[in-house]
Amino acid sequence: MERSSKVFYGLLTVLVLAGLAAGSVAAGWEGLAFGGFSALTVGGGLICIWERSVVRSAFALLATFSGTAGLFLLLGADFLAMAQVLIYVGGILALILFGVMLTPPDLSERKIPRLMSALALIGAGVLWVGFRIATSATWATAAELPPVASNAREIGVGFLAADQYVVAFELAAVVLTVALVAAVYVARRRKADLEPPDVARAGEGRS
Amino acid sequence: MGVGAYVAVSAALFGIGLVAIVARRNVLYVLMGIEMILNAANINFVAFARHAGNRLDGQMFAIFVIILAAAEAAVALAIVLNVFHLFHSVKPEGVDRLRE
Repeated sequence: MERSSKVFYGLLTVLVLAGLAAGSVAAGWEGLAFGGFSALTVGGGLICIWERSVVRSAFALLATFSGTAGLFLLLGADFLAMAQVLIYVGGILALILFGVMLTPPDLSERKIPRLMSALALIGAGVLWVGFRIATSATWATAAELPPVASNAREIGVGFLAADQYVVAFELAAVVLTVALVAAVYVARRRKADLEPPDVARAGEGRS
Repeated sequence: MGVGAYVAVSAALFGIGLVAIVARRNVLYVLMGIEMILNAANINFVAFARHAGNRLDGQMFAIFVIILAAAEAAVALAIVLNVFHLFHSVKPEGVDRLRE
C-alpha cells in the first residue's frame, strides 16, 4: 500500500471512531447506530473517490448503499430500506460492475492534487450553504416523534388507492419499460459489428 | 437524532458525489457520483418525512427516485458501452460527437 493511502485510511479510521463516539455520547444506542450507519455511508463515498481502481470504488459503493439503507431503517422506513438493498445493491451496483468489466481500467487517471482541490472547493461550498441554512432556517418538525412502526401496508395502499399515487405508480411502470427496452436497443450489437471487417467494408462499397 | 444530523450526512454524501463527478476522469465515476447524489436526496426526503409527523409522502418520493435511478442506470450503462465502442475510451472530455 502506498504512503498516501496509509495516511488516508488512518484519517478515515479516526473519523469513523470520532463519529461513533460522538453519536453514542449524544444519543446513546440510537446515536451509536446512527454514527455507524453514517460512517458507512460517508466513508464508503470517500473510499470510492479515493481508490485508484474502478472495481474497488464500485465495491466501496456497496458500503454507501448499505449505510443509506441503515439510515432508512433508523428513520422507520423499513420497506424503503429493503427496496434500497434490493434495487441499489442488487441491481444498480451489478450494472455498474458490468460497466467496469466491459471497459478497460485506467489506473493513471487519479491525480491527488486534482482530487484535493475539488474536495476543498466543493466542501467549502457545501459547508457555506450548510452554515447559511443552519443559521437561518427553523425546521417545522414535530416536537415528539411517534414510535417507529412498519408502514409497508400504508405504502402498498398508497400505491393503488385512486386518490393517492396510482397515476405516478403506473407512469413509473411505463418509464421503466421504455427505459429498459431503450437500453437494450442502444446497447445492441449492429450487424456491421458482427461481420468480419473486410466483408463490412465490401458491404459499404456496394451500398 | 434530530433532523439536522441526517441533513448533515446527506450534505456530505452530496458533496462526495459531486467530487466523484468533477475530479475523476472516467464515465463510470460520473455514474457512481449520480447514484450518491440521488441517495443523498433520498435521505433528506425520508428524514424530513419522519420529522414532520411521520408522513408517507417523503417515502413515496424516495421510492419513485429509486425507480428512476434504476432506469437511469440501465440507459447510462448502454450509453457507456456505446461510447467505449465508438471512441475506445471512457473519458468524458473526449466524447464530442453524436454520430460515427
